[in-house]
Formats: sequence, C-alpha cells, structure tokens
Amino acid sequence: MLQKSLSFRHNPLASPANQLEILEHEAHIPSFNEKLAEAGLQPLRARKLEIFQINIGKMCNQTCGHCHVDAGPDRKEIMTRSTMQQCLDALSQLDVKTVDITGGAPEMNPDFRWFVTELKKLGKHVIVRCNLTILLANKKFNDLPDFYRDNNVEIASSLPFFTSDRTDRQRGEGVFSSSIAALQMLNAAGYGKAGTGLILNLVYNPSGAFLPAGQDQMEKDFKSELRKNYGIEFNKLFCITNMPISRFLEYLIKSENYERYMERLLSAFNPAAAQNVMCLNTLSVGWDGTLYDCDFNQMLELTVGTPAKHISNLNIDMLSNRSIQTNQHCYGCTAGTGSSCSGATV
Amino acid sequence: MTKNRDQYYHADDLKKFTHIGQFGKELADKFFDYYGSVFADGALTAREKSLIALAVAHVVQCPYCIDAYATDATEKGYSEKQMMEAVHVAAAIRSGSSLVHSVQMMNKVNEISM
Repeated sequence: MLQKSLSFRHNPLASPANQLEILEHEAHIPSFNEKLAEAGLQPLRARKLEIFQINIGKMCNQTCGHCHVDAGPDRKEIMTRSTMQQCLDALSQLDVKTVDITGGAPEMNPDFRWFVTELKKLGKHVIVRCNLTILLANKKFNDLPDFYRDNNVEIASSLPFFTSDRTDRQRGEGVFSSSIAALQMLNAAGYGKAGTGLILNLVYNPSGAFLPAGQDQMEKDFKSELRKNYGIEFNKLFCITNMPISRFLEYLIKSENYERYMERLLSAFNPAAAQNVMCLNTLSVGWDGTLYDCDFNQMLELTVGTPAKHISNLNIDMLSNRSIQTNQHCYGCTAGTGSSCSGATV
Repeated sequence: MTKNRDQYYHADDLKKFTHIGQFGKELADKFFDYYGSVFADGALTAREKSLIALAVAHVVQCPYCIDAYATDATEKGYSEKQMMEAVHVAAAIRSGSSLVHSVQMMNKVNEISM
C-alpha cells in the first residue's frame, strides 16, 4: 500500500501535464482521436445531460494504489458549502434527476450530510460512492448507514475482489476485513436486501495491469462467495477498467506494464463501447466548481470545451451537444465491454 | 531494433501469432476461425474454457499460452488459488500418465523374472 499521495511525495506524476506528456508520447499506439475517426465517431458529442457527478473533495481515509484522484489523508482540497450551494442552484434549474457524489471519501467533507439533505429536498436521486471503510474509520461515521437509509441514498462501493489478498494489495492492509464489516452494517440497515428498495451496488476493478471481463459472471461469483462466506447481500456488480492516470499510471510505469497495458487497451478498442461512454450524458463538477466531461478529465485538468467552465455560470445550451475532450486515457472506457461508473456499457 | 535470437522464446512474439498467415494464409485463417469458435460460449462457458486452456498450457509447456491464459483467466475473475488448483489438476494427470505406465514396467519385469 502507498502511504502518501503523489502530491505529498512531490512525485512528477502529480502534475496532469506530466501525465498527459507520458500518455501522448511514451506508448507507441495511435492517438485515441485517430481511432475514433477510423470508427466514424470523431468528435464525440454530448447528449442529453442526465447525471451530475460531483467530486466534493480529494480527502480520503485510504491511499489506494490505483486511485485516479490521487486521494488520501494528506489531501486537503474539499468543496466548500458555498460551491455546494452553487451546485444546488444550478440543479434546481435543470432537468437532471441523478446526482452522483464522489471523492476521496465524500463523507469526510464536513458539509456532506447537509449537501445530501438539500439534494433530496430538490427531489434528486442521490448516489454516494462510499469506500466502505469510512463507516468504521471514526465513531462519527458509524451512523452513516442510517443516514443513507433515511435519505434513500443509493450506495456504490468499491470491493476489488471477494478475497482479502487481492483487495488488500490494491486498497491497503486490513481494508478487506473492514469492508466486509461495513457491508454487514449496510445490510443490517436494509441495504442490498430484497424488498427494501435500498440499493447497494459494488464496484470491481482489476487489482493489476489487466482488464475486467464478464461482468455478469463476476457478479454471480461475488454474490455466491460473499453470501457463503460472510452472509452479505448486494444488488449489482459494476466492472470498471483502471484508467492509466495518476497512481495507477505510477504503478504501470514502476512495474514496467505501461506500454503493454496501453497496447491491451488499444487491442480491445470497441466502437460500440465508444458510443456509450458515460461522458455523453454526465457532467463532472470538481471540488472548486470547475466543470469537466468526466472525473478522469477532472484529474487531468481537461476542462469542458465550452467558454463557461464553472458551476456558477453553467450554460446548459452550450453544454448540450458539446464536443467531449478526449485523450489517450479514453482508451480505458472504450476497451472490451466498455467501462463507466455504472460498469460495462455494452 | 535487432532482437537477440540466441533465445528461442520472446514475449513480444505472442503479439505476432496472427502473422503466421504470411507463410500460409488459408490454413491460418481456418485455424483462427476454428480457435475463435472453440473458445466461444457453448456447452461450456468461455470462462470455463479459459481455465482449461490455462491448465493445458502448462502440460504442453507453452510460455506464450501460459502468458495469454494467465492473463485471460485473471481477467475473467479466477482467483490465484483456483488457477493453481487447475494447474495441479494438469500436473496430476501428467504425473499419473507417467506412473500408470509403471504397470507396463512391472508387467515386463515380471514376465522376464523367475
């Protein structure tokens, strides 16, 4: 497990410009835009906006080896209540039904519960990307399952595998056992249980330089193993491909897997997946209110290609049909059966 | 870049597998068509076939196949323990096939012995 973020270690890969330099010049594969053009899909254009994905901070209780946010306990960037209010103001004017809150560990933002409550007042469907271990990280978080239940929040939680070895290698020593305990707390609150309507989805992402495959089969295995060994229930499993950026990029380079991984992504390029990427119906909002096409572009500081780039001056007409900002990392979302925050896309 | 040809196996050569058509396209095309059909979902799933392929790769001791199916089986969600058990199945059959021939050895020894 990495103890500190790239940023804290002053690692050159903390810089988005350095990451883009490597992505564009150090793997000998065609540009993503060329590949899109070959498939007749260039440029990718946004469709109707359906999901707001809001990153409310890079602070996290974990320092996972694959984290594209470079999140960790040493990151202090979090969304203020006034920026949250700007998000609420924008959302109150928009026909966007789903708000997906991510981080870091979003629960570590002191205004997190206020924000969720206000979003529910607007009638939004709220998804929280909960890393599970936060529920046990401090007593003040122990009642989160009740808070989630009372607000009918949908939970999406990472669990890289149903065994401790692979999970702990990626997310840190002891994370698997804490995650299991947290899942049992969520189940006790009714999450993942038939008939409650409380949705608990798990997110699988490979613990290494390989792609996810067979989401349906993987879901069956996760359900069977977690039920048999720990009595845990959940709704769906989302399989997500690791993006070659930030700390996963560091891992790829250190382990000498970078070029091979990029070639693997290229060889698995699927035009059908490219037509269903999540950026087409999602807008990503950064901790400081800046707008991006997705959370990955956010971490690479590739802002939306419209003149208005902040939540305070969001212009829905300009955002509709906007040209999506793409680069080599986009091969990650278009490989195989595709990858999004809701798993496979084809 | 000139490759060191003092070694027989090169990991990069796996990517050139499809190039075998350069020296005989018709048979290569037939093979890859057959190969694709074999590994598609059928009475056995593509996932189950991947684990069988991994085990067989160890018996035929093909480093390319081991690389390919260690990756494929990992991607398809098999755990390290499951993959190692599959290799043990292959190893058990391989050693068993040697040992069962010892019956022939015993037969021959008994035949020529007083």
